[in-house]
Amino acid sequence: METRVIGKSVPRKEGRKKVTGRARYVDDLSFPGMLHGVTVRSPAARGRIRAIRFEGEIPWHEFTVVTAKDIPGKNCIALLIEDQPCLAAEFVNHPEEAIVLLAHHDKYLLEEARRAVRIEIEPLPAIFSIEDSRARKEIIWGQDNIFKSFCVDKGDVDGAWASAAFVVEGRYETGAQEQLYIEPQGMIAQVSEAEGVTVWGSLQCPHYVHKALMVLFGLPRERIRVVQTETGGGFGGKEEYPSMIAAHAALLARKSGRPVKIIYDRAEDMVATTKRHPSRTRHVTALSRDGRLLAMDIDFTVDGGAYETLSPVVLSRGTIHAAGPYACPNVRIRSRAVATNAPPHGAFRGFGAPQSVFALERHLDRVAEAVGIAPDELRRRNFIREGQTLAVGQVVKEKVDMNGLMERAFALSGYHAKRKKFAAANSDPRGAIKKGIGFASFLHGAGFTGSGEEYLASEVAMEAMADGTVHILAGSTEMGQGTNTIFAQIAAEALRLDCEQIKIIQPDTAYVANSGPTVASRTAMIVGKLVETAGLGLLKSLTDGEFLQPGYTAADFSRACGEYVAKHGPLKTFVKYEHPRDLHWDDLKYSGDAYGAYAWAVYVAEVSVDIRTAEVRVNDFVAVQEVGKVINPVLAAGQIEGGVAQGIGFALYENVVWQEGRMVNAQMTNYVMPTSVDLPAIRVYFEEIPYGRGPAGAKGLGELPLDGTAPAIANAIAQATGVDVRQIPITAETLLEMLEGVHA
Amino acid sequence: MRAYLPAYEMETPRDLEAALGRMASEPGVWRPFAGGTDLMVLLEAGKLPHQKFLNIWNLAELRGMEVSSEHVTLGALTTYTEVQRNKTLLREFPLLCRAAAETGSVATQNRGTLGGNIANASPAADSPPALIVYDAEIEIVSAGGSRWVHYASFHTEYKKMNLHAGELIRRIRLLRTHAQWKQYFRKVGTRRAQAISKICFAGAARVEAGRIADVRIALGSVAPTVLHAVRVEELLRGQRPGSAVLQAAQDALNAEIAPIDDMRSTAPYRRNVARNLLAEFLEVLAG
Repeated sequence: METRVIGKSVPRKEGRKKVTGRARYVDDLSFPGMLHGVTVRSPAARGRIRAIRFEGEIPWHEFTVVTAKDIPGKNCIALLIEDQPCLAAEFVNHPEEAIVLLAHHDKYLLEEARRAVRIEIEPLPAIFSIEDSRARKEIIWGQDNIFKSFCVDKGDVDGAWASAAFVVEGRYETGAQEQLYIEPQGMIAQVSEAEGVTVWGSLQCPHYVHKALMVLFGLPRERIRVVQTETGGGFGGKEEYPSMIAAHAALLARKSGRPVKIIYDRAEDMVATTKRHPSRTRHVTALSRDGRLLAMDIDFTVDGGAYETLSPVVLSRGTIHAAGPYACPNVRIRSRAVATNAPPHGAFRGFGAPQSVFALERHLDRVAEAVGIAPDELRRRNFIREGQTLAVGQVVKEKVDMNGLMERAFALSGYHAKRKKFAAANSDPRGAIKKGIGFASFLHGAGFTGSGEEYLASEVAMEAMADGTVHILAGSTEMGQGTNTIFAQIAAEALRLDCEQIKIIQPDTAYVANSGPTVASRTAMIVGKLVETAGLGLLKSLTDGEFLQPGYTAADFSRACGEYVAKHGPLKTFVKYEHPRDLHWDDLKYSGDAYGAYAWAVYVAEVSVDIRTAEVRVNDFVAVQEVGKVINPVLAAGQIEGGVAQGIGFALYENVVWQEGRMVNAQMTNYVMPTSVDLPAIRVYFEEIPYGRGPAGAKGLGELPLDGTAPAIANAIAQATGVDVRQIPITAETLLEMLEGVHA
Repeated sequence: MRAYLPAYEMETPRDLEAALGRMASEPGVWRPFAGGTDLMVLLEAGKLPHQKFLNIWNLAELRGMEVSSEHVTLGALTTYTEVQRNKTLLREFPLLCRAAAETGSVATQNRGTLGGNIANASPAADSPPALIVYDAEIEIVSAGGSRWVHYASFHTEYKKMNLHAGELIRRIRLLRTHAQWKQYFRKVGTRRAQAISKICFAGAARVEAGRIADVRIALGSVAPTVLHAVRVEELLRGQRPGSAVLQAAQDALNAEIAPIDDMRSTAPYRRNVARNLLAEFLEVLAG
C-alpha cells in the first residue's frame, strides 16, 4: 500500500519544545498563592496508628494539615476495587503508606515539618515474601491473602504424563523493578466552589485519576477535571499511582483554599510508588521422544504488595503469556496474585508478561538440554502456526512465522557460528572471560485482554477547524513514546494532509474524549484505528457535502473546512470502538481470543562473563520482531532499544534491596540501572505483516521488548558459564556464588 | 531537596590564613566544603546536619601541582579531572589516574577533589588505595603550623582519621620512585561508570630477576577503612610471583580484610573477588 506519511520517520511532534526546554512539565508550573505539599508516611510495615504528634520548633499554625478525617467522600483510591485508602486512618499495611499531608508556602520549612511529625504505631505481625503469604503465616488481606487467581485449562494435562518420554521441572524467580521515568511523580490541584476539583500533572491515564477523584470527593463527573502536563516517562509507573498523588494534592487544596503542588523527589518516588511485581514460576513440562510438547503445567505467582491496585490484570497478562508462542495440546496455568506488606506493586511495561516469559524461555533451554536437542530445534518443533491454538484456546488467525523470525535473528547475530566458537573457547580453563550467546522467542498481545476493550469502549473525537487545522481530542497521552506523532501521522494519512496540519489537543477530561488508558500496547493499534476512522469520517463529511473533490490539495482542504463550518457549524466526528464480532472471550473459563493481535519476536543476546568478578557484559543484541505496519521507524526502533535497555537492567542490574517491606536502596547511586557504557549496540529489525484491524496495518509494540530480553541474556550466561540461571536480576554476587561456591 | 536551607551557614574565606583563623576561633564548628560532591548528596537527602561550612574551593594555597626531582606535590583541591589530564601523573602514577577516571560522573570529576576524597574517609573511596600504594604523605595545616603524615596510617577506624579540629589537608606528596614498578588497578563497581566500588584493588611492585623486590597493595571497600595489605606485602617480598605463593598470599589477604554485607554487595563476594584480583595482580607481575 502506498502511503504518504505512515512508515516515514517524521519528526516528533513535541520534540523541538522538549530539546529547547520550552516543554512545560508540572514542576515548571506555578499558580498565584500556590502552596507546596508533602506526605508523612508510615514508619512501620503493619500496625495500628496510636498517635500522631506534631513536634519540634515548627510554626504548626501556619501549616495546612490533612488526615483521613478531612476526606469528603470515600477514603479510597478507586481503581478495580476500593481497598486502598487514600490516607491510612487506623491501620497501616505497608511501609511508607501515606498518613498525614502538610502544605506550606515554604517548601524547605515543609521538609523540617515533615521530619517533626511523629507517628506512633503499635506493630502487628507482617509478611514480606510470596512464600509466607501463600503459607498464610498471617492473613493481611481478605480471607486468604489472595487478590486474584486464574486457572487456564486446555486439553488434559494430567493424562499426558504417562506417555511422556521426558518430564522437566523448574522453578524461576524475578525481582521487583523500578520504572525510573526521568520525571518523578508530581501534581498540582486547585479546588473551588465554582469550578470543583482540577488537577494538572504527570500521568498516563487522565480518566483513571478522574474516577478516583469523583469517589474521593463524592462529586459528579463534571465537577472533576484532570489535565495531563508534559510527561517525562511513565513505563506504567504513571498508570495508577497518579490517582494517589492527585488525591493528596486535591485534599490539601480543598482544606487550604489554595492551589497545592506536590512533587516527589527521586527518593520518595522510589520508596513509596509502585514497582514491577516480583514473581515465582514453576514449570513441569512433558515431551515426546522427538521433543514435541505434550503438556505444560505452569504455576505462576506474583507479589502484589499490600493492596490490590492492578494486580489482577497484571496477573492476567502474565498468565496468558506464560505458555508463549508454542503449540501444546495440554496446558494448565494456575496463577495468583498475593498480598505482602510492601507498597503495592503495579503497572510496569510488559505487565506480568516479562515475569512469566522469563521463566518459560529459560525453562525451554533447560528442556532442550534434557531432551538432547539444540534450544532452537526445540522451539522449531513447537512454534505455533496459523490455525493452531494458543494455551488460552485462541486460534491464531494471523499470519505468523516464528521460525522465519528466528532464522533472521540468527543470521544477523551469527548465532550458530558463535555458539560453536564460544563452546570451544570456553572449554579452555585458563580463560578468565567466558562468552555465550542465547535467545528467547516470544509474543506479546496488543490491547486490553479478552473483553477489556469491549468494556472500555474507547472514544476519539476529531474536529476540523475553519482554517483547515485538524484537532485530535483523545485521552491518550504522550509520555515520550510517540503518541502525538503517530496520531498525527495516522490522521494525516487518512486525510491526505501533512502532519503539520494536525494538532493534538492536550489531554484534559473537560475537553477530550475518553480513549482509554495509555497502557497495554493499545494506543497505536486500538486508539490509532479510531483516529484513522475519525479522519475518514471527516473526509466523508466534506466529500459527501461536495465541499471537497478527489485529488485535493492541502489548500483545497482548508478552504473546504472553512466553507463547511460557515454553512453547517463545527465539523466534528466522534468514533467509538466496536469490538470485532469474531473475537470471543469467556471470562469464567478464561479462554478465547485473549488479544486481537500479537507482536512476535526473537531476541538474541551475546554476553561475556569475567569469572574472576562474575561481571556480565552484554556485547551484542539483536532484536527481530513482527509488529504489523511500522508507523514511524525511528520512534519504533527507539521504543525497542529503550525496552531492551530496560530489559538488560531487569536481567542484570536492577536489584531492589528490601528490608521489612521497605526499599533501602532508594537512590540512583545504589539502585543500579545500566548507563550507556553498560549497553551494547542494540540492533533492531522489523518484519511487517499488516494487521487488518490496526491503522494502516499497525499492531502494538511498546511492551514487547521487556519480555524477551532477560531470558535471552540468562540463556547466554548459561552457555558462557554452565551456570543454571534461575532467577533475575543475575547479580555478580549470586553468579559468583554459583560459579565457584563461596569460601567465606 | 529535603534540606531546610536557612539552617545552614556558609562563609567563603579570602585566603588560607583566614580559613584557618576561622577554624581556630571556633574549633570543630566550621566544616570545610571543597567540591561538595559528598556533602551535596547528604544535603539533597536531608541528611546533612545543620552546620557552618567554610567554602574552601577558591583557596589558591590548596591548589596547583609542583614537580621536583623527588616528588610530585598536589594541592588538596586538585580535582579528578586535573589528575587525569596531568602528563607526569599519567606516566608515573597511572593508578591514581585510573582511580580518578573511574570515580563518579564527569561532573563529579570536575568538582571532586583528592583532599575531599581523603577527608570524607569513605572506605569505598577510589583514590585512597592508589595513594597508599604510592606511599603518599599529606601535609596538614592549622593556625598553629603544619605537619606531614604518612597517608597509610591516616585513617584509624571507620570514618575516623588523624585530623583534629582546626586542621585542613593542604597538600599530598608522592615519591617519584614508582615509575618502573609494575602496576595494577581494578575497580569492581556496580556498573562500568558512575558506580561506587564494591571492591577496589591497587597494587604495584618492583620485580627484579623474577622476584618481587618490593610491593605495595591497598584495597577499598573490604574493611572499615581503606586497607593497606601489609601482611600480604610481607609475604610476597622476595618471592616469585606465581602459583607457588598464590595460595598463601590469598590466605593472608583473607585474614587481613574484614568486608561486610551492604546494599551494594556481600561479604563473601568481596572476599572472593579480593582473592581473584590478587591472583590477577600476581599474573601481571609474572607477565
